[in-house]
Amino acid sequence: MTKVGEPLRAFFEAEVDRLLDRLYGTALRMTRNGADAEDLVADTLAKAWIKLPELKDRQAFEKWVFRILVNSFISARRKKQARPREVTAEVQCGEDSFSLFETVHQPFLLWWGNPEQELLNKLLREDIEHAVEELPEEFRLVVIMVELWDLSYAEAADALDIPLGTVRSRLARGRSLLQRMLWRQAGEAGIAACNAKGGPR
Amino acid sequence: MTQDLRCEEVIDKLLEYLDRELDAETEQALAHHMATCRACFTRAEFERKLRARVSETGKAKAPDSLRRRVRAIVEHY
Repeated sequence: MTKVGEPLRAFFEAEVDRLLDRLYGTALRMTRNGADAEDLVADTLAKAWIKLPELKDRQAFEKWVFRILVNSFISARRKKQARPREVTAEVQCGEDSFSLFETVHQPFLLWWGNPEQELLNKLLREDIEHAVEELPEEFRLVVIMVELWDLSYAEAADALDIPLGTVRSRLARGRSLLQRMLWRQAGEAGIAACNAKGGPR
Repeated sequence: MTQDLRCEEVIDKLLEYLDRELDAETEQALAHHMATCRACFTRAEFERKLRARVSETGKAKAPDSLRRRVRAIVEHY
């Protein structure tokens, strides 16, 4: 057991207090399940607590603990993963890129107002959460790293132990897929259809 | 790099620009273009706002049970 002194303990508790909601929110998007997310964060923080004396740069705590979260998630998945890697039909078929902006921002709609802003206003947080969670894991992790944790591509590549080019391509595919899902959800919610008609909202 | 980028080049690099992954010169060229091109500026604003909305999904309230577990980790390990 590693002995953690009082100043380091106070530092850890303050950082965990600051980051816990964010770690849990990220774990929720990763695991798609509250109980699993809680286990993942608890496991992560237990590892972080034990390894804390090895952390030289306290400024790096946030990214360090996030990296432990990612590694814990990946290793837990590998243990479970007797089943084949998840690949949705959309990923198999959706090789072409998709842009929500280009889809909404069409000349015949522009006289009517600001369709892309209307769409943003009407996308519910639940819709976006669902879309992120539905991304296949390899894309979801990169999107979470860059968009939720603001990691650089190099940091994401390092955390996932994959080449920089793979981060770029997964991020592009992940974002494209995410936007395609949001467009589909918007259509199901009647937002897109309503916009396309230019009718009353 | 010339500051006179075409809109297609700007759109092609837009997400990397928003991710702050471009070199300083390219970043400056895109910023210059968007300062004068309403279409590309509008597109950038949309992508920026969408990214902010996606980023919000990482926010959640950790349950009390998790907070108790974390306290136990610090106390007992």
